[in-house]
Amino acid sequence: MSAPPADQTSRAPGAAFILKKALISAFVALVLFSLMIGVRTEAGPQGQLIYWTRFDDLAAMVAAVFVGSILMELLRQWWGPVDTVRVVPASVQSALSLVGRLVAPVLLVFTFLVPVLFYNERYILDLAILVLTYVMLGWGLNVVVGLAGLLDLGYVAFYAVGAYSYALLATNFGLSFWICLPLAGILAALWGVLLGFPVLRLRGDYLAIVTLAFGEIIRLVIINWQSLTGGPNGVTGIPRPTLFGIPLSPADDGLAALLGIEFSPTHRIVFLFYLILALALLTNWVTIRLRRLPIGRAWEALREDEVACRALGINTTTTKLTAFATGAMFGGFAGAFFATRQGFISPESFTFHESALVLAIVVLGGMGSQLGVALAALAMIGGFELFRGLDQYRMLVFGMAMVLLMIWRPRGLIGHRAPTVFLKRSQAISSDLVKEGHG
Amino acid sequence: MTHPLLAIRSLRAAYGKIEALKGVDLDINAGEIVALIGANGAGKSTLMMTIFGRPRARAGRIEFDGRDITGVPTHEIARLRIAQSPEGRRIFPRMSVAENLQMGADATDSSEADRASGLERVFALFPRLKERMTQRGGTLSGGEQQMLAIGRALMSRPRLLMLDEPSLGLAPLIARQIFDAIRTLNRQDGLTVLIVEQNANHALKLAHRGYVMVNGLITLSGTGSELLQRPEIRAAYLEGGRRE
Repeated sequence: MSAPPADQTSRAPGAAFILKKALISAFVALVLFSLMIGVRTEAGPQGQLIYWTRFDDLAAMVAAVFVGSILMELLRQWWGPVDTVRVVPASVQSALSLVGRLVAPVLLVFTFLVPVLFYNERYILDLAILVLTYVMLGWGLNVVVGLAGLLDLGYVAFYAVGAYSYALLATNFGLSFWICLPLAGILAALWGVLLGFPVLRLRGDYLAIVTLAFGEIIRLVIINWQSLTGGPNGVTGIPRPTLFGIPLSPADDGLAALLGIEFSPTHRIVFLFYLILALALLTNWVTIRLRRLPIGRAWEALREDEVACRALGINTTTTKLTAFATGAMFGGFAGAFFATRQGFISPESFTFHESALVLAIVVLGGMGSQLGVALAALAMIGGFELFRGLDQYRMLVFGMAMVLLMIWRPRGLIGHRAPTVFLKRSQAISSDLVKEGHG
Repeated sequence: MTHPLLAIRSLRAAYGKIEALKGVDLDINAGEIVALIGANGAGKSTLMMTIFGRPRARAGRIEFDGRDITGVPTHEIARLRIAQSPEGRRIFPRMSVAENLQMGADATDSSEADRASGLERVFALFPRLKERMTQRGGTLSGGEQQMLAIGRALMSRPRLLMLDEPSLGLAPLIARQIFDAIRTLNRQDGLTVLIVEQNANHALKLAHRGYVMVNGLITLSGTGSELLQRPEIRAAYLEGGRRE
């Protein structure tokens, strides 16, 4: 198994290699950007085509790619190959593992305190609600993609089904949020099963394409079924949620009046915050519980090896369908929440962009990791807001951050998965066991 | 004699137009170790998979304990407590050893007590797995992965255990351990085993009876020692591999 010496030297590429790689990157950039940046076109006042060249910008971009490529290679060499094991001192390791164990509880406590800490900062509260919505969507999709390994690019469809279920039931029949919430979940789960059936035999890329199409179909149906959904105009006047029948309004029977405190619109925001927090935690709790049951184990096994699953007597049909249905149900809950928070929904909220965003959260977080998904949602949604000051460069910075993350943490922020079966008591391994076998 | 535990009668199976089994007859009696040997592409693995309904039999009959299982869905066949350790082991690499083992018991309605006693039995057989409990399956060595695959199959408390090439890619010493474990299972628990092997010498020494398969047909059968002594077994075994 000894590698030839030539291999050894090629592991640390020389200047020629770096230069060659940078030149290729620069050439690709030149080809790509020559039209995108090099030529600027616009419609003139009479509708004719006006264009002018921006070769200096183009040159700057190509130079940036060239230098960037060299820097990237140097950085990589400095870090060493991606798969090298870096020795970390034991003390640092134990400190790190302690921090790792504390992250989730600290984050949870902090989340509970957000409305208290930022009571007067509406912007932060709104942002926190948005982040939590995506945490919930991420956890929901995590069941399908992270656990069952079914690449679903149309998750937004279930979000839409949930949102429209609540919006239409509430505006047409006057049903309350708390009745509609489970209904929205059930309807979304139903659609999950409907999607599941035709794609049972598909895997990987093929599955992704069909789910992508499914997401678009739902959106197009919503746009075109004007009589039911209001088409592109959406549904307006969706009732706000009530605290089990008590409205959060300045009216006489409102919560503020009942408690004898002064009404503030922030009450509702805080209520919505805790509502989505509860829904997200429910998603998390159910997922964690399911993972320890045979059904959750079967999902993960299905991701690992479908053939082996069948050989072990797992019914892959029902396993896939339950994964789709469970994930869809949480998407439906999140959708109903979205509808009641916005008070207005339209097909524009349910584009492919949303599916991609949620999928990015799951992948960046580390497939199957609950904490990772939460952190990724925070980073994606919160980070996106953080870069707001960068205006048009926001997407660029963001894209770069994602690329870097995928280079250094290819399995996502939290790449390992926690085992679900533990020994009843800590096991002391007797020496006679260790001696046996030389595998 | 009572009816065999598994009876296969003129079984045919094909992948598209390529016929892999051309009328196979095979019996496995309860408490027996039966070896199925043959060269690459003889149809050994196909036979094992056809018993599980993938691919489906084109013609013929498979009976398990007197019941026709030719058309039964794959996952229900496993619930009849026929277990297999598939070719290439196919353990779940990202799941822990303990989870892998639990997967074996999940499909058959096993109580907690069944699971616990199943685990104990597997660990008694392969103490290595107990040490590796919390490790991910993918980090095990080849031999340990094979132990895990067999252990996982045992978790369903099978009446018939089918092993596809358990010695594949293992060092001779480890392969010997695996074969010893199979012998132990058979002697102690009376477990019925069908073992598919290219390693004819090992398999026939272990087995009570053996079948030789060439190009989708059973060409020879007999007791293990009988087959080992016959001059044509070597020839038949090599013939299938060398000729095109």
